[in-house]
Amino acid sequence: MATPDKVDPIHQFHINKIVDFHVGGLDLSFTNSSLFMVVTVVVAGAFLYFATSSRALIPSRLQSVAEMSYEFVANMLRDAAGKQGMQFFPLVFSLFMFVLVANLLGLFPYFFTVTSHIIVTFFLAMIVILTVVLYGFYKHGLHFFKLFVPSGVPAILLPLVVGIEIISFLSRPISLSVRLFANMLAGHITLKVFAGFVVSLSAMGGVGIAGAILPLGMTVAITALEVLVALLQAYVFAVLTCMYLNDALHPGH
Amino acid sequence: MFVTDAYGQETAPSTEGGHGAEAPADAGHAAGTEVPAAGGHGEGSFPPFDASTFPSQILWVAITFGLFYLFLKKVIMPRLAGILDVRESRIAKDIAEAGRMKGEADAAVAAYEQELAEARANANTIGQQSRDNAKVEAETARKSIEASLEQKLAEAEERVAKIKATAMQDVGAIAEETASAIVSALGGKSAKADVATAVKSVRS
Repeated sequence: MATPDKVDPIHQFHINKIVDFHVGGLDLSFTNSSLFMVVTVVVAGAFLYFATSSRALIPSRLQSVAEMSYEFVANMLRDAAGKQGMQFFPLVFSLFMFVLVANLLGLFPYFFTVTSHIIVTFFLAMIVILTVVLYGFYKHGLHFFKLFVPSGVPAILLPLVVGIEIISFLSRPISLSVRLFANMLAGHITLKVFAGFVVSLSAMGGVGIAGAILPLGMTVAITALEVLVALLQAYVFAVLTCMYLNDALHPGH
Repeated sequence: MFVTDAYGQETAPSTEGGHGAEAPADAGHAAGTEVPAAGGHGEGSFPPFDASTFPSQILWVAITFGLFYLFLKKVIMPRLAGILDVRESRIAKDIAEAGRMKGEADAAVAAYEQELAEARANANTIGQQSRDNAKVEAETARKSIEASLEQKLAEAEERVAKIKATAMQDVGAIAEETASAIVSALGGKSAKADVATAVKSVRS
């Protein structure tokens, strides 16, 4: 029972209840996933809080990191959505920090990766899409539908183009959430598979241990790759959020 | 705004979750759309697609992310914006201060150079003036000396002429005396008047 668990690459995604909690037939238990959401938020919040607590004119290293991430997201949003887009800065910044810290924490052995569950990434994507839709209608009323009608398209092609635009808009929350979820899931499975080779090969004795060097090297290399992917996916999520928010601000293209 | 969205979100899929919870009895019927599960069993299915966990995950991500969002918005971001603003304004102030000081230094250099030029010009005029004055003084001194010398020369010439005239007068008298003496010595008798005319005729 213990051995298949060790090699099973899916095992790391299992959700275990820590505190059982049901409301009206709904299972709202506090699970290992919930625990790592809390850990993610506490780590990210504490880091930002203590790194900036001295408010130094000449920043320390930690304060520089906090300032750099702040300015990085601010520039990203300003480039994509302009000055008006800055009203969404708290949302984009907290999404970026949440996804980034969740991805990075997931790389620690025995840690649960919050963003490897489609429902979590879909929830975050829906926050973005609902913000875009609600703000778009609030700001532009029915003009928001211009989003689906690009200017300068011949009348004959218009029905086709509008159809494509609607499909692309509807697929945004799916692509946004699946991209992050699939990257995290695939990376962690690959990592687990190679790490599993090391364990099962070295269990075979001398030759096995020698043979385990290659998958061990691969595990190290993939860990480095996964750090890159963790950073990149947080960036991609934030960039796409900025671009979608730009649509809410300027639906006419 | 966002937190209410989050809860709004939560209600919709949570009904799905309810279906998911009933599904295992149905042996993979509901799960079949999402999960190609081996046993149709909750435990055996692929965990990320296990709909029975969705309500709990949505609830907790809504709570944690909502709190995180509020914490960043209310505490962290004003603080970071403050730090960056203070730094920016400090740098701008220092640059302005440096610019002001440079302007002052430039003005001081310009004033110094102007004063130097003025002083040089003053020195030149003073020198020129004193040179001119000295020249004029020397000229007047020379002229006065020349005048006095000329006067003395004229006086001397006058005196010489006077002496010469008296001497010439004496010569006539001497000649008359000498002539009458000579005439009387020769034994002649001569009138004084004749001798005088003779002498005069000779002299003239």
